[in-house]
Amino acid sequence: MADIRVQSEPFDYGQECAAFAQAHVDNGAIVTFCGIVRGEDGLQAMEIEHYPGMTERALHRIAAEAAARWSLGGALILHRHGHLTPEEPIMMVATAARHRADAFAAADFMMDYLKSRAPFWKKERRASGESWVAAREVDEQALSRW
Amino acid sequence: MRVTILYFAWLRERIGLAQEQLETDAATVTELVGELRARSDRHALAFSDLAAIRVAIDQDLADLDAPITGAREIAFFPPMTGG
Repeated sequence: MADIRVQSEPFDYGQECAAFAQAHVDNGAIVTFCGIVRGEDGLQAMEIEHYPGMTERALHRIAAEAAARWSLGGALILHRHGHLTPEEPIMMVATAARHRADAFAAADFMMDYLKSRAPFWKKERRASGESWVAAREVDEQALSRW
Repeated sequence: MRVTILYFAWLRERIGLAQEQLETDAATVTELVGELRARSDRHALAFSDLAAIRVAIDQDLADLDAPITGAREIAFFPPMTGG
C-alpha cells in the first residue's frame, strides 16, 4: 500500500503533495510533512549516507506498522540521500485517511520512527570542517509515546 | 561460517573499509566484535565504545548479545539520524 522512495535526486514537494492528494481524493483527509536542510550555523552542505536494502525494508516496515495502528487509505515516505544543500527538501511523508486524526497520528508516528529506526546518517560540512550529526536523546524518547 | 561485515558513517571512516568478508565461529554479535577488534588498531579504536554502536543482522536491527548463527550480512553503524 505504501509508496516508499529512497533517492538521491531532488524532489518537488508541491508536485508530490498534489499528486498524492489527487491519487487519494476518495479519502477526505491528507496530511503531509516535509523536512528541509537548515542553513544554520554556517552549514554549507550535508551528505546523507544510507544502507541500501535495509533502508527500504525499514521504511516499508514503519509504514506497515502505521497502517496496522490507524485506518489509512495510503502513505508515502520519500527520503533523499547523497549531497544536499541548505533549503533543499530532505524528505517527506504523506498520509491519507477518512478522518484527520488517523492521518495526523500516522504521519507523526512515521516521522518519529524513521528518525531513529531507518538507517540514514547525516554528515554536515562547514568552513570549520565536516562532522557526523549525533543522534539526539529526545528522538529516541519520542518513540515511547507510541 | 562466512559473513559479510558492513560499516557505515564514522565506523566506515575509522576502519577505512565499507565492507569485508570474514570467516568466523562467533555465536553472538559481542563475540564477533571481539574478533573484529583484534583485526587492526583501526578496528579496535572504532569498536572501543559499544554504547555508540548499533548492529543489524541480515538488515534487521538486533541487540549486541543477539545470536548470529546462519547470518550472511552483519552491519555496524552509529545511532541513526534520518528525517
